[in-house]
Amino acid sequence: MSDQHRLDAPDPDGTRGEKHTAGAFDIRNFIGALLGLYGLILLVMGIFGDQALQKTGGVNANLWAGIVLLLMSAFFFVWARIKPIVVPEHVEPVDDDPVRPAPKRRPTGS
Amino acid sequence: MHALAGLPTADALISAKPVDYVIIALYFVFVLGIGVMARRAVSDSIDFFLSGRSLPAWVTGLAFISANLGAVEIMGMSANGAELGISTVHYFWVGAIPAMLFLGVVMMPFYYGSKVRSVPEFMFRRFGTGAHLVNSISFAVAQLLIAGVNLYLLGSIVHALLGWPLWVALLVAAAIVLSYITLGGLSAAIYNEVLQFFVIVAALLPLTLIGLHRVGGYQGLKDKITEFATSAPASAGVPPAEQQLHSWPGQALSGFDSPFWSVVGIVFGLGFVLSFGYWTTNFVEVQRAMASNSMSAARKTPIIGSFAKMFVPFIVIIPGMVAAVLVKEIGELKAGGTPPGGASGEGVKYNDSLLLLMRDILPNGLLGVAIAGLLAAFMAGMAANISAFNTVFSYDLWQRYIRKDHSDDYYLRIGRLATVGATIVAIFTATIASSFSNVMDYLQSLFGFFNAPLFATFILGMFWKRMTATAGWVGLTAGTLSAVLVAFLSEDGFGSASLGVIPLSGQGAAFVAASAAFVVDIVLSVGVSLVTEPKSSAELRGLVYSETPKEELVDPEERNMPWFRRTLPLAGISLGLVIVLNFLF
Repeated sequence: MSDQHRLDAPDPDGTRGEKHTAGAFDIRNFIGALLGLYGLILLVMGIFGDQALQKTGGVNANLWAGIVLLLMSAFFFVWARIKPIVVPEHVEPVDDDPVRPAPKRRPTGS
Repeated sequence: MHALAGLPTADALISAKPVDYVIIALYFVFVLGIGVMARRAVSDSIDFFLSGRSLPAWVTGLAFISANLGAVEIMGMSANGAELGISTVHYFWVGAIPAMLFLGVVMMPFYYGSKVRSVPEFMFRRFGTGAHLVNSISFAVAQLLIAGVNLYLLGSIVHALLGWPLWVALLVAAAIVLSYITLGGLSAAIYNEVLQFFVIVAALLPLTLIGLHRVGGYQGLKDKITEFATSAPASAGVPPAEQQLHSWPGQALSGFDSPFWSVVGIVFGLGFVLSFGYWTTNFVEVQRAMASNSMSAARKTPIIGSFAKMFVPFIVIIPGMVAAVLVKEIGELKAGGTPPGGASGEGVKYNDSLLLLMRDILPNGLLGVAIAGLLAAFMAGMAANISAFNTVFSYDLWQRYIRKDHSDDYYLRIGRLATVGATIVAIFTATIASSFSNVMDYLQSLFGFFNAPLFATFILGMFWKRMTATAGWVGLTAGTLSAVLVAFLSEDGFGSASLGVIPLSGQGAAFVAASAAFVVDIVLSVGVSLVTEPKSSAELRGLVYSETPKEELVDPEERNMPWFRRTLPLAGISLGLVIVLNFLF
């Protein structure tokens, strides 16, 4: 994830302002990463863990769910790679939304 | 974790293993991690995703569905499926899709064009102070009550996991939500909602498939339900198999004896008043569409959402139906028994169907995914209610009517206090929710009180320029009061407080209450408008259909898109699909 981010890393002071892709922060990469980790855990559970066959009626549910999740994960990574979202030249930094109860953002320093 | 000092701990309902906790923890790491990254502004890509009006329609469409795929959908609909069977699909195919399409095609241009941020704000611009005040108060109250439902369900999961008494579980759940809000989970709401959507599908799809496998496929499920319905004692009042396995005429759902009135009740009460009221005026939903990158994408948001929404019943209602024939306790409950235990610790309820089914058929691992999905949905749902309450309380009520012209910091502090206050109040409203065996009954009553009159006022105000400011607040107040009156006179609209003068119960009572609110609101609004002074045309531009130039209501870019990316053809396909589904079931 971090390698991909390097390729189009934004400059630290936020002054370069050229077009680049959303990179690792593309929402599809987050989806892919979480589903991939879940898939991996379930796959391992399906192979080595308790399959609880009396519960599932004889199906190795963890294994199959793990495989499907890994495929979904791959789909989102590939989609994000093939059709990257281009971030426009100048992005307005998001201000604190005064109506949303959350901690304040740290100043970016630029 | 089980032995909290001094607490009487019952046996935990669900036996989670370390791997399940790892999966749950992973979800929190992601959600809070994204929140922290957003606040520290580590990348301008995140700013891009979070800044308003930049997202593609598929993202806002999924967030739109996810914001709604919370307590009501998951627990309420599976509870309904267990109790009433397949007729619950009306909440989706009659009670959601048409209204979502209407929102996209007709109403969205007004919202996106006028850039309002809350329902009360729209009310203020259309009708001025009176309607604004009435609407702000009723909206704030509604959010507190619905937050209670989410909190109750969240607490029931904590209870199921750890076996603590419900009141302790409620306090813990409230603490979880407060920390989610203070750690910044809400600042990346759209990211989280899209993630949440996939986690929930990853949890519920295997649950449905394994459940169906266990009962011998859909045919096996039908056979078992038929067998159950014929063998259950008459005193239990189990709907006949015929009604549980066919969506129309839906007497099991409406509680009406006559098939004709049942269809009328479902189409007008649920399909028109309740659902249009909910989907077109619910800003927790509408705000998702406001974050999209064009008028076209904003209009397509609910329409794309409708395609996902159409298939949600298969993964929430079918598990409920399976639970009724597979889970021992739910079977006993449905046959008129009172099995002990359950998520509240005070006896099994239909609300517990899904948790009990998870206990019975999911292996550890998938169980963790399922719990993560449920926790995510209720936590985010309640955080959204609290956030909406906070907005309306600090800005629409406090700033406008109580303390004007203070510094931004002042209102921020008020907002923080409102957040904590609302969470405490939600603990009490959660105990109201816990007294209903099926939370769906309760929620539909609430929607009848708050959303039905709001929809009547909205729709009249949007298409009839003659409607006056006085009519706005009079209609809203009278509509809400008449829905409350009907619920009070019904058999159980208010639980045990109802008088039982009108022979209606269950969700049928909610449909009638909502219809009454709608009719009273429309009649009074028209009457009052005719004797009071309307606003001038110039003030109504962008707010009333006839006073808004047609060019402002469509996206000029859309002309150049291929047909499958245009609003109207997409809406047509969605409508066609839903009609086919109605014939199939």
